[in-house]
Amino acid sequence: MYALRDKYAIAGIGWTDFSKKSGRTVRSLASEACINAIADAGLKPADIDGFVSFNFNDSVPAISVATEIGVPAARYANDFLSGGNAANMIVLTAAAVIEAGLAETVLCYRAMNGRSGFRLGGGRDLAAYNITQFTAPFGWITYPQAMAMWCRRHMIEYGTNAEQLGEIAVTFRKNAEKNERAMQRDPISMDDYMNSRMIVEPFRMLDICLETDGACAVLVTSAERARDMKRKPVYISGGAYGGGPNQGEDLFDALRWPDHSHNYAKYIADDLWRSAGMGPKDIDIAQIYDCFTYSIIMQLEGLGFCKDGEGGPFVQGGRIAPGGELPLNTAGGLLSEGYIHGLNHVIEAVQQLRGEAGLRQVPDIETCLTTAGAMTCGSAMVLRN
Amino acid sequence: MTYAKPLPVVDAETRPFWDACRDGKLKIQACRNCGHKRFPPTFYCPKCNSPEHDWIESKGHGRVFSWIVVRHPVPRDVYAADVPYVVALIELDEGVRIASNIVGIEPEKVAANMPVRVIFKSVTPEITLPIFEPA
Repeated sequence: MYALRDKYAIAGIGWTDFSKKSGRTVRSLASEACINAIADAGLKPADIDGFVSFNFNDSVPAISVATEIGVPAARYANDFLSGGNAANMIVLTAAAVIEAGLAETVLCYRAMNGRSGFRLGGGRDLAAYNITQFTAPFGWITYPQAMAMWCRRHMIEYGTNAEQLGEIAVTFRKNAEKNERAMQRDPISMDDYMNSRMIVEPFRMLDICLETDGACAVLVTSAERARDMKRKPVYISGGAYGGGPNQGEDLFDALRWPDHSHNYAKYIADDLWRSAGMGPKDIDIAQIYDCFTYSIIMQLEGLGFCKDGEGGPFVQGGRIAPGGELPLNTAGGLLSEGYIHGLNHVIEAVQQLRGEAGLRQVPDIETCLTTAGAMTCGSAMVLRN
Repeated sequence: MTYAKPLPVVDAETRPFWDACRDGKLKIQACRNCGHKRFPPTFYCPKCNSPEHDWIESKGHGRVFSWIVVRHPVPRDVYAADVPYVVALIELDEGVRIASNIVGIEPEKVAANMPVRVIFKSVTPEITLPIFEPA
């Protein structure tokens, strides 16, 4: 269990434009987000001595960013080969690295040309190696196709329906209207959702997140040092990473997963809440990994915001909108803000907890949950101001 | 005409499975030490870590655990002529789950727990895919 409650903090955040076509190298996007995070903290590149990132062979190694921005002595660098499940785990890793004395000031980043370069949502190699030989030859290839299989199972077991998924899409789009960073800011109605093209039943186009070129970076250091820096620290109160039995042979594979109505969240909930010394009732707002509308429902249930099977009704009636009981994905989420593989949720959490979220600021908040991952493994954090 | 869809790259652990499909048999592994039945194939038994196993023949019957209907083809040029098509997770009677297609039924009529049985579709001289139809 994460045993460093409030000992480490996020002292800087940075990001690039989110676009469909950056026209730039992934390295330069990573560097821009890192330079911005360093400046946000009031530091210089020479103050950075560690990096943690994750990628799908679609990014650049940390040492190349360290080289481009002129970090004189990176004492720690870790490039996880991982998906969105790692977007919170890299921040927890940064804290652990500092606790171990391996570094003092660590940049966590994710950079990708997710639309103009390597498209995660697109097809794969037509040669189906390893576990994909039991999935791809049947035309089961993309992540929307993977997650739709999970969503159907929840519908079978609990009667979850399109109106409930649609409420998530419509609510997050409304949040994105107030976010100058967001890629999709045009309002959508429930009718627009229902009429959007069926991609892979039960998912329509508006159930599926965006593809984005861009980068985000988060600067982690000790709470003590963060208090002497330029910005108000955001403390890492708790966190957890993991999943259940049979997490699969890659991030698509869930052939042996016990129960597709419940994802990793159910398995990390106890660690998460115990590490933070809090529970769902202590959370003011949340940024929940929404690669698809449906992933919200499994995580709300798994983390104990509602009972198993009640995630569909939970998201209805304005509960997850600003002013509701649990405002979610206040920047528009991966569905409408952009898809920097979940690290953009951490940026938004920090802005909200600093009170710097402008038109979309939720007033008087002290805590924000962030999550990362949708299927068999994932990570989550409780942040506070 | 060349077969343009994803093809299994058969490896040391999966060769017995694909060889059996070519012979019209659906086979899964059974641990010789603890009896645990498993699919997809692995070198070690996840229950007892024994590498010793037998390939046993499944009766090829199961039920639909979950399913999707693919309407948007990806890659477009490869699947444009196939949509809509059904991909399902099927619980075989032997207790393991397999992913495959369900054919011989309109996609709209597929239902949870629907009984299905395996049929075999030869796609290249080397590869025969196990697919399913209503039982």
